[in-house]
Amino acid sequence: MIIFQNVTKNYKVDNHETIALNDASLHIHQKEFVSLVGKSGAGKSTIIKLLIGEERPSKGKVIIGSYNVNKLKSNELPYLRRKIGVIFQDFRLLANKTAYENVAFALEVAGRTPQEIKEFAPQALDMVGLGDKMKNFPRELSGGEKQRVAIARAMINHPDVLIADEPTGNLDPVNTSEIIKLLLKINKLGTTVLLATHNKEIVNGLNKRVISLEDGRIIRDEEEGKYILV
Amino acid sequence: MLTTLSRIIKYGLQAFWRNGPQSTATVAILFLVLLGFTGLLVFNSVTNIILMDIQDKIDISVYFKIDAPEDSILDVQRSLDSLSEVKSTEYISRDQALKIFKIQHQNDQTISQSIEELDINPLSASLNIRAKELKDYSTIASYLDKEQFTSIIDKVSYTENVNVIDRLKSIKNNVEQGGFILLIFMSIVAALIIFNTIRLAIFSNREELGIMRLVGASNFFIRGPYLLEGIIYGFIGSVMSIILTSILVYYTAPHFNVLISNGDVWVYFKARFFTLFLYELIFGIGLGVLSSYFAVRKYLKI
Repeated sequence: MIIFQNVTKNYKVDNHETIALNDASLHIHQKEFVSLVGKSGAGKSTIIKLLIGEERPSKGKVIIGSYNVNKLKSNELPYLRRKIGVIFQDFRLLANKTAYENVAFALEVAGRTPQEIKEFAPQALDMVGLGDKMKNFPRELSGGEKQRVAIARAMINHPDVLIADEPTGNLDPVNTSEIIKLLLKINKLGTTVLLATHNKEIVNGLNKRVISLEDGRIIRDEEEGKYILV
Repeated sequence: MLTTLSRIIKYGLQAFWRNGPQSTATVAILFLVLLGFTGLLVFNSVTNIILMDIQDKIDISVYFKIDAPEDSILDVQRSLDSLSEVKSTEYISRDQALKIFKIQHQNDQTISQSIEELDINPLSASLNIRAKELKDYSTIASYLDKEQFTSIIDKVSYTENVNVIDRLKSIKNNVEQGGFILLIFMSIVAALIIFNTIRLAIFSNREELGIMRLVGASNFFIRGPYLLEGIIYGFIGSVMSIILTSILVYYTAPHFNVLISNGDVWVYFKARFFTLFLYELIFGIGLGVLSSYFAVRKYLKI
């Protein structure tokens, strides 16, 4: 469950104030699949940064499950982040670690035992279809494969929420549709999925809830919505 | 906790190994800087040994008039021994002086013969005085200048040696002060170079640090491997520099030994090897760890 209560986020650059998010309120239920759409700079990334505690709201309240994100101390943030899986357009894999080690790392930071890691990490990579590339370093993988490693890593700690920030931005149509299929499968298994994208085809093909953003404001929020932006 | 610690150690070693070129460059710089640092320490010590040795050779001699009674001379010796500036005094009687003179010139027929032909002993009794510090010689000399001694003292060699003593005094002061300033300066330069090198190495890993935060790693978990890498850099750099310093000292020691009357620079170095190594380890590892700590801190705020 994600709740935004009248959230505003200002950035001050050279004494000039920009509003990245303006009085946004939303409520995402458990197991929902929600697309966040909008042009670049509309506020999608700000919502994601607020959710993972990378930024603090200037006004309002951000709640994920039992966490009130505004009030988390710096040393409590890691615990929140283990409950949220995040994937990015640029994959953000650890370049010096193999696919297996990247996934295992998320288990290690969560303090899992070596036995659990040996069992779960290969399972997760199998789930995304990379069972045979566990020992490859990110530089030896294609874009689609890297994103699948990122998904395996994001899902390994069984998070309540999976946040995908333009996950298909760097991928070709075939890989794009495979990643989206994977996200739908994950959602079906019970994880809330929040997908930020400006890919019209993806959103229109999903027939799921769509939240549209423009200039930091939520302008539309529809069940089974479409990508409608001027 | 134990699992976390073992994982931190594993990641530290892994990062050191996998970032091969970067680790090599960092270790190489640490090694060179530490080598300069140790080199300066060793050079300072060797210069000090040589100066101490020369200082030991310096003394002043008081020559007494031939008719000066021995009791009065021994009184002078006693009063000199009571001075805090005096390290030691040695009385050489007229007979001893003659004996020494004869031994020194036993191969010279002319001198031996002419001495034999003399009825009286032409040599005067003397006192050799060693001061604790170079600067004390002038105090001792002026003490001997007192009126009460003029009746028995013929001459004091200080006036002849004063130039050498003064020169040695100023060389010693300059070496001590210059060495100290250079050491401080070198330490600061070394610290800055090491800090910057490690900061650059971590700067190139800043994205990884951000990713680790996003995956939910605690600051301790992220920082640990970097601190370990700092320890490894410092350790390898120190070991390499102490090995090279030892080799250099071993091969250059004979050249320095010529300047010292007794003693061996290599033996002196061996006796202080572990102290020197310990200093290097503390300096190298300490800087490695501190630099890593502060360099990583910057990227842990996300």
